[in-house]
Amino acid sequence: MNVDVLIAGAGPAGLAAAIELRRLGAGRVLVVDREQAAGGVPRHSAHTGYGLRDLRRIMTGPGYARHYAQAAARAGAQIRTQTTVTGWSGPRTVTLTSAGGIETVTAAAVLLTTGCRERPRAARLVPGDRPHGVMTTGELQQRVYLHGQRLPGRALVIGAEHVSFSAMVTLAHAGADVVALVTDQPRQQSYAAFALAAAVRWRARLDGVELADLRTGAVRFVACDTLVFTGDWIPDHELARLAGAEIDPGTRGPAVDTALETSVPSVFAAGNLVHAAETADVAALGGRHAARHLAAALRAAPPRAQRIPVTVTAPLRWISPNAIRVPGPPPPRGRFLLRSEAFRPLARLEVRQGGRVLGTARARLVPERPVHLDAGWMARADPSGGPVRVTLR
Amino acid sequence: MTPAEICDVAIIGAGVVGTAIARALSRYDLAVVLLDAANDVGTGTTKANTAILHTGFDAVPGTLESRLLRRGHALLTDYAAQAGIPVERTGALLIAWTPEQLRTLPEITEKAERNGYASVRAVPAAELYRREPRLGPGALGALEIPDESIICPWTTPLAYATEAVRAGVRLRLACRVTAVQPDAAQAGSHLIHATRGTLRSRWLVNAAGLGADRIDAMLGGGGFTVRPRRGELIVFDKLARPLLGSILLPVPTAQTKGVLVAPTVYGNVLLGPTAEDIEDRSDTATTAAGLAALLGAGRTIVPDLVREEVTATYAGLRAATEHRDYQIRIDPGLRYACAAGIRSTGLSASLGIAEYVVDQMAGAGLPLKERIDTVGPPAMPYIGQAGLRPYQDARRIAADPDYGRIVCHCERVTRGEISDALVSTVPPADTDGLRRRTRAMNGRCQGFYCAATVSAMMTESAVTGARDGPA
Repeated sequence: MNVDVLIAGAGPAGLAAAIELRRLGAGRVLVVDREQAAGGVPRHSAHTGYGLRDLRRIMTGPGYARHYAQAAARAGAQIRTQTTVTGWSGPRTVTLTSAGGIETVTAAAVLLTTGCRERPRAARLVPGDRPHGVMTTGELQQRVYLHGQRLPGRALVIGAEHVSFSAMVTLAHAGADVVALVTDQPRQQSYAAFALAAAVRWRARLDGVELADLRTGAVRFVACDTLVFTGDWIPDHELARLAGAEIDPGTRGPAVDTALETSVPSVFAAGNLVHAAETADVAALGGRHAARHLAAALRAAPPRAQRIPVTVTAPLRWISPNAIRVPGPPPPRGRFLLRSEAFRPLARLEVRQGGRVLGTARARLVPERPVHLDAGWMARADPSGGPVRVTLR
Repeated sequence: MTPAEICDVAIIGAGVVGTAIARALSRYDLAVVLLDAANDVGTGTTKANTAILHTGFDAVPGTLESRLLRRGHALLTDYAAQAGIPVERTGALLIAWTPEQLRTLPEITEKAERNGYASVRAVPAAELYRREPRLGPGALGALEIPDESIICPWTTPLAYATEAVRAGVRLRLACRVTAVQPDAAQAGSHLIHATRGTLRSRWLVNAAGLGADRIDAMLGGGGFTVRPRRGELIVFDKLARPLLGSILLPVPTAQTKGVLVAPTVYGNVLLGPTAEDIEDRSDTATTAAGLAALLGAGRTIVPDLVREEVTATYAGLRAATEHRDYQIRIDPGLRYACAAGIRSTGLSASLGIAEYVVDQMAGAGLPLKERIDTVGPPAMPYIGQAGLRPYQDARRIAADPDYGRIVCHCERVTRGEISDALVSTVPPADTDGLRRRTRAMNGRCQGFYCAATVSAMMTESAVTGARDGPA
């Protein structure tokens, strides 16, 4: 089958892109998603607060997911769920598996919106036993909201960022008694700040966790029946890597320029695949942004300037997008997104290219919280001036 | 188990050795019962190891282990092909990192020859780096062992058990043996007390792995003590698989075989094991120190490996004893066979051990009358990565669309495969059992996407004795 645009992932970014592509007159837009229903993670995120920046209203996650799925269908995009992109058989040709069989789809352009997941316990190398009852927020939400599961008993949440509090709400909804939020960060309003999951212990099932105080080294045991690992996001970058796209060492998603094109021509990437994890509305706006540039490229592939990488230094962890072209468009919402690994309440960011300072900005750095950098400095970048670096002054 | 259950042979322990013996005996006209304390086959040493089908090139020459490894490797290579057990003949490279190690390579070649394995070949450093370009700097040379293979440690005992059960062997799981005594009602027989009842058996086979010395003591043994050696391992993401072609072995020392890096038949990369003597026979916890040591070793062997995501960590206990060799003994008077101290080579040697034990039992008076209605190797669901999986098989999907409905995205396990596992000859008792039969939930997300759905499928199915999840 041939399509104009293939979109892998029917979450907020993919669906928003599909709507925008159709609005701009793109022909055949096919959105595939491996899950049962379109909508992405908001499908099982029952709390409110969705839609603020992209739809100018406030909705629950499932309502927001339904809104986008219906709007994309109305816009004339073809949405196929329970359909998995299993690999590439050409530069813009993918193989799909579904109940209908195995199919090859060739697209003029591909948009990857495969999202992100939380690092599970094993990937965080938390030692100990392997009992049932240890999960991520994603699994927790699906158990509780999609399958109506009850989780009586004591629960402990690892992490104290936004999603951790969301997990706490979900646990309370499922009848659990949340005994603590635990973080390795020095500053959060949690029951047991300064502690990190040190080991998981069980006999027949989960008993609890050993927590180590990072200041004193003291270890104590906290009993619990459910343990939820939250946050610590990693992009689902398998398709991007299999496409041969350059991977940004900071975001671990495909490196993208401000048009959200990857290093592979006509393969774009948007949403939490390129910035894990932002809120759904930011992902959707990124999808819409990618759609505009993708549509423009389909109409007439512009002669493109050399890509210039944009990197960060510690305590900054990543920046997205992480490449520019001169000349090139501004990034989504006219700003770059960054993450810090340390608290810096009064930081000053400096953008440098070689010896030149392209711009500076004030920022409040909090781990796992978005930091914004206005893209005004892009106008001062030298096309042959080499890599751009964002540092703390 | 009814109080009066009677059989010719009772096998205690449904690990890879016990199931292999059950399968071997199932070909004869015998009533066989296979018992295990766990709720599934292959849950002890069998399930948590390096998943390598060893040639035995580095065994201690002249030992029973050497002989049975060699025989087991040949038998299992054939059986795996017939039963659909995933095996990949990747070969191994045993790498010397120091001049001292380099000097020992000829000794290892010579030892392999004494073990009856003549295909070991020296590989100079330049060729080594051509074959394994992602290998860390500093390797001085290697030996190639072309027949070392990787194998699925979960399908193997399941295949044996499936064949045995289809041939009439009675499988009694979640059934812990508490005492064994002479049967007063029938001289020479055993009365086996277990948590699910009592069994009368003419013969008793002890394949209890980590509990083998306790069973042996019930029969007046005392010739050995199980000394568990814990091995911790790290499984890396499938995206790491292109980093290596072969199993990468270190030069062994007198103390340990050392830390290896190996592909898995599921398309991942394994790093491990550690080797630590411990007391607790149930302590399969990983440790911060163990995982850190593995990452350190991994960084030397394949530096790019430790930059990839970790998919899983686990620890297994090798059923070692104070003896260097297997503890396989037959007591004709007691009608008792003991297959213990199988250490870390049980998977590779299992069919060799079973053949040897059955032969010894026959020599000690067990009548072996071949059945005419033999079952033969079962066709096991293929859960390897190298061959054709259901999600890639258009004909299979056309016949049943559930093979096109992927439930576990990371491992690409379909609804059809999960349904098949739930009604298989030896069905899973819980989601861990389902993982070992299908790979569902074993991938990089560890259930972020699919665990809730898979658990719901498990709950919906009418599996006897199912327990599930955190609820």
